[in-house]
Amino acid sequence: MAIPILKQGDVLIASLQADPTDNDLIQLRDELAERIGRLRSIGVVIDVSALDVMDSFATRTLRGIAQTTRLRGADTVIVGVQPEVAFSMVQLGLTLDGIATALDLEEGCARLRQRVDDEASRGS
Amino acid sequence: MAADATHVAIAHDSDIVEARRKGRELAQRIGFAGSELTIIATAISEIARNIVVYADRGEISLSEADNGGRRGIVVVARDEGPGIPDIERAMRDGYSTGNSLGLGLPGARRLMDDFEIMSTVGQGTIVTMRKWKR
Repeated sequence: MAIPILKQGDVLIASLQADPTDNDLIQLRDELAERIGRLRSIGVVIDVSALDVMDSFATRTLRGIAQTTRLRGADTVIVGVQPEVAFSMVQLGLTLDGIATALDLEEGCARLRQRVDDEASRGS
Repeated sequence: MAADATHVAIAHDSDIVEARRKGRELAQRIGFAGSELTIIATAISEIARNIVVYADRGEISLSEADNGGRRGIVVVARDEGPGIPDIERAMRDGYSTGNSLGLGLPGARRLMDDFEIMSTVGQGTIVTMRKWKR
């Protein structure tokens, strides 16, 4: 079950379906790294609102995606971490330190846009 | 109790998903709700992945527990893998020989109420964990 990646302007949106396997997540990482270059995307939004579990593997892979994306010149925002999922991640000892998060897709896109604008105004 | 246990064979990453789905279903039938379901599913995910990463294959058994009227869920993970030479070390946060965050076993212990681990080098590992209803 491949994770669909949507292109919206210069942003890529990946919406995880319920219960992705480890392989689905690794495939997503590779696919995003490739598309950022091909489509010249400036940011990636990963929607995890359909996930009812985020274990250490999923968290580590998402962190890996954010770091890979950064090295490819784009930013990542993770959106939609459910309250119960957030709670059990904390108990497990997992964090998404250093990775931008937002409540939902809309806010995630707004945050990416903001960051790009900030960088543009700083550059000019 | 063992008679109506659900067994999930673990060999591939897709079996991890199956084990936690079955675990969540059983927990729901027992009467767990909300974040407890997520916590149980996450703990199952961690110990099932441990089997895939370290032992290649094994089995997760899920059943209902009854402790003098208090209901709960029992999760048993069995494998015939290499075993864990130093359990105390394996239970320490951040210790990993399998290129992971090293949160699997200690993390699962934090998520559940009871956690026991028995391991014999060269023979395998059995993890038993329970969560009781509040």
